[in-house]
Amino acid sequence: MGNFYTSTDHFALMPALVLALFGCAGLFFRRISGVAMLVAGELFTGIALWRQLQAGAITAFDGGLVIDGLGLFFNFLFVAAAAITGLISYRYLDIEDEHHPEFYGLLMLAQCGMFFLATGTDLVTLFTGLELMSVTFYVLVGFLRENRRSNEAALKYLLLGAFSSGILAYGLSLFYGLTGTTKLAPMAQALAALDPTHPAVVLALITTAAGLFFKISAAPFHMWAPDVYEGAPTPVTAYLSVASKAAAFALLLRLFLGPLAPLRDRWQPVVTVVAILSLTIGNLAAVTQSNIKRLLAYSSISHAGYILLGVAAGNETGLRGALLYTLVYTLMNLGAFLVLVAMRRQNLPGETLEDFSGLMRRSPVYAVLMLVFLLSLAGIPPTAGFVAKAYLFLALVEAQQYVLAVIGTVYVAVSLYYYFRIVRAMFAGDAKPEAPLAISWGIGVSTAVTALTTLGFGLWPEPLFQWVKGVTR
Amino acid sequence: MPDGYLPIFLFLIVSILFPTVTLLAVRVIRPSQPGVVKQEAYECGIPAESTARGRYSVRFYIVAILFVIFDVETIFLYPWAVRYRQLGWFGVAEMGVFLAILVLGYVWAYRRGALKWV
Repeated sequence: MGNFYTSTDHFALMPALVLALFGCAGLFFRRISGVAMLVAGELFTGIALWRQLQAGAITAFDGGLVIDGLGLFFNFLFVAAAAITGLISYRYLDIEDEHHPEFYGLLMLAQCGMFFLATGTDLVTLFTGLELMSVTFYVLVGFLRENRRSNEAALKYLLLGAFSSGILAYGLSLFYGLTGTTKLAPMAQALAALDPTHPAVVLALITTAAGLFFKISAAPFHMWAPDVYEGAPTPVTAYLSVASKAAAFALLLRLFLGPLAPLRDRWQPVVTVVAILSLTIGNLAAVTQSNIKRLLAYSSISHAGYILLGVAAGNETGLRGALLYTLVYTLMNLGAFLVLVAMRRQNLPGETLEDFSGLMRRSPVYAVLMLVFLLSLAGIPPTAGFVAKAYLFLALVEAQQYVLAVIGTVYVAVSLYYYFRIVRAMFAGDAKPEAPLAISWGIGVSTAVTALTTLGFGLWPEPLFQWVKGVTR
Repeated sequence: MPDGYLPIFLFLIVSILFPTVTLLAVRVIRPSQPGVVKQEAYECGIPAESTARGRYSVRFYIVAILFVIFDVETIFLYPWAVRYRQLGWFGVAEMGVFLAILVLGYVWAYRRGALKWV
């Protein structure tokens, strides 16, 4: 019984320990010190992750946790997302009059769950991580206690999230029953020996995939996304749309490219169909939205479709494209949402298309920045969004999936239409005499970071290419 | 491998059939003589005061949730107590971590006034 917690285990667990410690401490701090706690926590987490990056791949807890390139890639992404969410939140929460210190603690505790989603290689660890993240998000979505829409969103998310977690747990339990192990590496061997057409295998695969598709809000499991995104506090929506989606993708990649790789012939058509459905529903439904949060919710469904296209391509380039897209999507979507957070002022929700009318004349800097983020979301050069989409389409062409590549390109054109409705309102609409944007120090810093990376990686994507190459090697 | 689960499948079928068959059989056999007193809500013998759909203080829920948390904690303590000698200091340390996390939540709830009955 001696080898339960070795120094390797401790080293591998370090980022999660830091997050849990700071997260719990964050529950007891007041107002602005909460942001300080978050920044300090993210700093120490970043240092712990950096030391792991230097140390190379580690397997800890008897193969229950693996610190590899893929896990670290996602974890750096979570650090960026959580830090930016914290920085853009404090002014917003003051305006909403719901500034409680628990907010920052919960952000870090959710991130703690994401750490396990990205690095876990045991079904129990992965599922616990998923639940830690989801339960924290149910609370965060309902953080505006006096706001009925926020409450409604939290309740919907709780009910549907619990349902999908149940389906996923059912699928995972079937895999455990079929293979007799919860560790992913031996499970891969056991599954490869099984008959892939056996009904139990198919049922396990379908339920697992359905649970995962719900978590990444891919169609036809996307119904919760628009309502939850609209009702949740805007910074939480930003965090939900990037970090929780990326974490669920990490889980999806861990499972589909790990133990489920032998069943590729079975899941590849499913992933392809779900990707096409997500692109279609996400893009077409976004066209008619007048609430920007809803619009971005539908657009995030379509982005989940694009990332799934990379998985559907099924080659090395496709995986790299999916990772690249997840990273770029995180930056540009956070950027778009933080402009939306700045639009929220006293007595003014600032969420509808009309609120953006004439933004160019009122605050030209943020109008131009929003233009950059929207161009990137649509995939127009010279932004990072273009690079990511181009990489994905390249992967599809390499895999000779020409039809998928064409579908992806067609929906870029559709997405241009609804992104440019916002642009037209900003640049051509009449300016209303309204209060200036609620820019805080944190929003300024976050805007600078997201805008510089969105433009910078668009102009010089080489470091990103090298990074994802290193991750997938 | 999956064929080893046949007994569980049979168990599932029996567990579905047993209550359905029993309830249906009782419905067919029993005499039906409803009365005012018989159809009243059963409140342990005390006459019902008002409808159960009324609103009552949210504090009941908070106390109930806190109770459930410590209820579940006790359930986790039992297996540890049974295997105490075999687990040794490892078990003590693990339980210490588990209890510390729970107590932290309790302290938080206490400081937020969850147990104050105004």
